[in-house]
Amino acid sequence: MKYICLGYIDPSKLTSVSETELHAMMDSCFAYDDQLRANGHFKGGEGLQPPNTAMTLRYTNGKIVVTDGPFAETKEQLGGIMILEARDLNHAVELISKHPGAKFGPWEIRPAADLAEMVRQSEARRRQTVPA
Amino acid sequence: MPLPSPDLTARLDAVYREESGRILATLIRLLGDFDTAEDAMHEAFQVALQRWPAEGEPENARAWLVSTARFKAIDAMRRRVRLDASQDEIAEALGRGDSVAAEIDDELPDDRLKLIFTCCHPALAPDARAALTLREVCGLTTEEIARAFLTSAPTVAQRIVRAKARIRDERIPYQVPSGHELPERLGAVLAVVYLLFNEGYSASSGPSLTRADLSAEAIRLGRAVLERLPEPEVMGLVALMLLHEARREARVGVDGELVLLDRQERSRWDRSLIREGIDLVERSLATRRFGPYALQAAIAAVHAEAATPEATDWRQICALYASLLAIQPSPVIELNRAVAVAMHEGPAAGLQMVDALLARGELEDYHLAYSARADLCRRLGRRDEAREAYERALALAKSAPERAYLEKRLRELG
Repeated sequence: MKYICLGYIDPSKLTSVSETELHAMMDSCFAYDDQLRANGHFKGGEGLQPPNTAMTLRYTNGKIVVTDGPFAETKEQLGGIMILEARDLNHAVELISKHPGAKFGPWEIRPAADLAEMVRQSEARRRQTVPA
Repeated sequence: MPLPSPDLTARLDAVYREESGRILATLIRLLGDFDTAEDAMHEAFQVALQRWPAEGEPENARAWLVSTARFKAIDAMRRRVRLDASQDEIAEALGRGDSVAAEIDDELPDDRLKLIFTCCHPALAPDARAALTLREVCGLTTEEIARAFLTSAPTVAQRIVRAKARIRDERIPYQVPSGHELPERLGAVLAVVYLLFNEGYSASSGPSLTRADLSAEAIRLGRAVLERLPEPEVMGLVALMLLHEARREARVGVDGELVLLDRQERSRWDRSLIREGIDLVERSLATRRFGPYALQAAIAAVHAEAATPEATDWRQICALYASLLAIQPSPVIELNRAVAVAMHEGPAAGLQMVDALLARGELEDYHLAYSARADLCRRLGRRDEAREAYERALALAKSAPERAYLEKRLRELG
């Protein structure tokens, strides 16, 4: 099963450590990512630039309103996402609990939703509305 | 690298279901640690997914997975050594073992039993024992367990995480207990097996009366324990499960409603399961060290031996209930005895016992107490009282087939 893992970062934790410590932490994160990759668990992922680089689009009063900044301002910021292949939820928890990134902030693990049936139904609806 | 085909994925899922409990059990022995063993096993299945398409499935899949997992564990420890020097010794110790790997990759007979005892340890929360056993011994996923217990996957995952932390922190030993410890610990194991069976046999709520897969897992577990520990109560529990399992199909009617014992089509009972069950009951009773499971199985066996409901030996069943009550006093067993007495001596005698039980207030919220009262009143021609009791039972019953049964009885009352 695929699990989407959202890695959060508490920025204060990044500024409170020495450069040597920061490097060691990052190295351990990337080393663990490599290990996940080598074992077929890492199915994709990206780190995110800080929240001040974000744009938020919202549909309001019939039109799209664009604002700068993140959707939600929180102490812990979304720092990256990973698509994890694991046998079940407990397996995903075990894999992520060993990720050194947990020291920077919390991880949230969510199973990927299987939308195949929803997509199939949607396709059927769309076929019906297209004139022959 | 060839991509794994859907066939291979399905095949590996099947291997996982069949073998993961035994593989994990062996790995815990080889690696000495639950978490390390589980990680290594998952990695080995991942490797299989990558390599079997090109290399083909090995002749002995289990041995291949155990040995691959073991090398994966050694690798992981070596990697950790680079980051954390304190792991040095472990990796070295594991490395030394390489030469003997071939001899120890086989499962020792007690490996799986040890795992069952660990998962059912009394220090773990009762609901965690069942979840852990299903996942670690039976190879079910967290999500499957959650569906079986009609709860959410994160709830089950949390129980399992906590239970494993407890095993680690309290250093719960990975062994089959012996001597004076055995009866109590075995009792905890049998309780989990019976809980799984019942959960599968009579789902407490929800649309389906039976969740056959859980019962099948319980029987599989029971047989695994029986194979290594042929104690009288293990025989009794396996017999009890088999004798109930034999009636599974017959107890659900065409509309999915519950069909009680006296109305079941006996030709639909599974004769081979009944034979096996009766054989085990007899072996258990012959030891004269039997307990509640064997007595319950003996009651089920008397029912199974009757060709028609009228041929049931109710006198023997009443006597067995009396023995059962003597060693395990319980209002539910008293209720069952009252129903047996009603069959043996007539509904009035049974009703008197049911009313005495209800008057004690212990079964106030138990739908089957009212359902039993209703049936007895109906047989005595006391229709108003019967209706009232069926309605009370209906208000308390949760499973859809049980509700359908009660509604049908209410309609029949007119």
